[in-house]
Amino acid sequence: MMNKRMSKPILDVSGLTMDFGGIRALDHLDFDVQATEIVALIGPNGAGKTTLFNCLTGIYQPTDGEIRLACPKTGQQTRLNGLKPNKITEKGMARTFQNIRLFSQMTVLENVMIGRHCRTHSLILGAILRNRKTREEEQETIHKSYEILEKVGLAGQVDELAGNLSYGAQRRLEIARALATEPFLLLLDEPAAGMNPQETVELVTLIRQIRDEGHAILLIEHDMKLVMTLSDRVVVMDYGEKIAEGTPEQIRTNREVIKAYLGEDGE
Amino acid sequence: MMMTVKEIKKSLLVSLWFVFLTFPIMVIKVNPIERTVTWRWSNVLYVAVGSFVISLLAKAWLVRKARAAGRQQAACQARASILQELLHRPGYRYPLIIMFSGLALAFPHLFSTYQANIMTTALMYIVLGLGLNIVVGVAGLLDLGYVAFYAIGAYSYALLNLNFHLGFWAALPIGGLLAALFGLLLGFPVLRLRGDYLAIVTLGFGEIIRLVLENWNAFSKGPSGISNIPRPGFFGLEMSLDHAMIYMYYLMIGLVLLTVFVVNRLQHSRLGRAWLALREDEIACQAMGIDKTRIKLTAFALGAFWAGLVGVIFAAKTTFVNPASFTFLESAIILAIVVLGGMGSIVGVICSALILTLLPEYLRALSEYRMLAFGAILVAMMIFKPEGLIAAVRRTYRFHERKSVAALQDDE
Repeated sequence: MMNKRMSKPILDVSGLTMDFGGIRALDHLDFDVQATEIVALIGPNGAGKTTLFNCLTGIYQPTDGEIRLACPKTGQQTRLNGLKPNKITEKGMARTFQNIRLFSQMTVLENVMIGRHCRTHSLILGAILRNRKTREEEQETIHKSYEILEKVGLAGQVDELAGNLSYGAQRRLEIARALATEPFLLLLDEPAAGMNPQETVELVTLIRQIRDEGHAILLIEHDMKLVMTLSDRVVVMDYGEKIAEGTPEQIRTNREVIKAYLGEDGE
Repeated sequence: MMMTVKEIKKSLLVSLWFVFLTFPIMVIKVNPIERTVTWRWSNVLYVAVGSFVISLLAKAWLVRKARAAGRQQAACQARASILQELLHRPGYRYPLIIMFSGLALAFPHLFSTYQANIMTTALMYIVLGLGLNIVVGVAGLLDLGYVAFYAIGAYSYALLNLNFHLGFWAALPIGGLLAALFGLLLGFPVLRLRGDYLAIVTLGFGEIIRLVLENWNAFSKGPSGISNIPRPGFFGLEMSLDHAMIYMYYLMIGLVLLTVFVVNRLQHSRLGRAWLALREDEIACQAMGIDKTRIKLTAFALGAFWAGLVGVIFAAKTTFVNPASFTFLESAIILAIVVLGGMGSIVGVICSALILTLLPEYLRALSEYRMLAFGAILVAMMIFKPEGLIAAVRRTYRFHERKSVAALQDDE
C-alpha cells in the first residue's frame, strides 16, 4: 500500500485513536503527508474526517497514537500530541474550517492580519509607544497580508467586513488567513463546499498555485471531480478507519471504497 | 397596506397586554385605612392609548431602520457616526478638538465648584468605562465584578497611607499595578470560562473582594471604612477645598487624556486585533496561532489597571473609603456605560459615561423616578440601537509607506 516513500514525511500519523465516551471516532489511523504533496481525505459522512482535523490541530486531544510534524526546511521533528492549537499553528500547520469561522465583524485585511499574529512580536509597550520597530512590523504585516489577498483574488475588497463577502469569497479568505501564518502544511476542510462550478475551477487553480509555492496540502472534500483532478494521493476513511489509500486511479477502482460509498451490493 | 393592518393588530395586542400588566397599579387603588377600593377606570384608557401609540411609533421606526440597513448592505460600507465622521475630517478635526479642550479647561471657572465636582465624577466613570471596554467591549469577556479592581485601587491608597504614610503620587501607580495583578489572579481560574459562566464567576469575585473588605476588620477596618485620606498634593502647596477640587478636576482631565491615548493605541495594535478576534471566535482565534491564555490575561490585567488608578483617585477625592461604595450596582453602571456607548467604541464610551453619570445628577428634580427613567432609557436603547450610541467602526489600513517596507527589506 505504502507507495512513493521518497523522503521523510512532513506529517506522520500513526495509530491515531479518538474516543468520545463509548464511541470510537478514529480507530488506529495511520497515514502521512510528504512535502509539497496534495493529499485528499475522503469518506462518507460521519467517517471521522473532521474529527481527524481537530485532532491534528490540537482542538481535540487524541486518546491514543502519535502525530509528528517535521519542518521540511530544518528537518526538525515535533510531536504534536498535547500541544495547544496555537503552538501547532506556530510549528507550521494551519487549517480552514468546514463551517466558515471568519471574524465576520472585522475587515478582510484584518482577518489576514490576525493570521500574521504568530509571526510578529510587538507587545503592550510597543503598542503604546508605537516605536519604529512596531511601526515597521505593522507595515510589514499589512504589506504581507495584502500580498496574500492579491494571491487569492480579494485585493479589491480589503476594507469590506468579512461577513459581507460572498460564500466563495469567504472560503478563499479562510485560505488567505491560514496562509498568513506561513504554514508548510495546509489543512483545508471542504474548501469547495457551496461553491459554483466557476468558483470551483478557480479554487483548483489556487490550490495548485499554493502547492507550487512549496506548501503541502491535506484536504477533505466531497466533490469527487475535484479530488480526482487535484490530488496526488487519496486516503479513504469509513467508520474512523482507513479503508484504502493510493493514487486517484487506484481509489476509483478499489472495491472497498465502492462498497463504503454504495453499500454491499455495489458491483 | 397589508403590513400596516398587521402592525395595527400587533400594537393593539401590545396595548391590551400593557393594560393587563399595569392593571393592579394603575387601576386598583386600595385604601387600607378606610378599607375601600377605588377603581380608576379612566387610567385603562390612558394606558391603552399611550402604549398603542408608542408601540406604533416604535414599529414605524424599526421598519425605517431596517430599510436603511438594507440600503447600507447594498452600499457595503461600514458607516461612521456623525461625530466620528467629523473627527476624521481634517478640516473639522482640530477646531473640534480645540473647542472641546477649551471647554474642558474653562469648565471649573465657568461653573461652580459643585459642577466641577460632578464633572470630576463623570470623568472618573469615563476612565472606568474605557478600562472595562478593553475587557468587555474589545475582548468580549463579560466581567460583572469590575468594581472589585476599583475597590482594590481605593483601598491600596487608603491602607498604604494609613500604615506607611505613602503619598498620593506614590500610591497611584501602586494602586494601578495591584489592580492589574488582581486582574491576572482573576484571569487564571476563568481562562476556560465564557459567556454566562464567566459572568457568574466575575460577579462572585466582585462580591468576595467587597465581603473581605467588610469583614476583615483588622485589615481594612470593616464597614466603618478608612477616613482622613489626604488629597493629592501639588509640590507641598497648601490648597483650599475649592482649589483642591479644581485640582482634582484637572488631574482627571489628564488621566482621561492618557487613558484615551493608551486605549486607542492598544486597540489599533497587534494585541487589539487579537482581542477582537477572541471576541469573534475563540477556536478560529487559536487556530490562527493566537495564544488565548496570554491574550485573555493581558485583557484582564490592562482593564483592571485603569480601575485601580481611578480607585486611588476616588479615595483621594472623597478622603474616605468604605466597602459600601463598591457594590454590584457600581459594576452594573460601568457595564451599562460600555454597552450603551457601543462595544469597543472609545467615543461611544465617553459619551455614554457622561450621559449616565450626569443625567441622574441633573435629573435630581425627578428624584424617586430617576432610577425608573434610567432603566427605561437603557431598555429603549437596547431595542432601538443595540449596537450602542456610537458603534465602533472598523479601521481601514493603508500601506502608504511602500518605501519604508522596501527599506525594511533592504535592512534584513
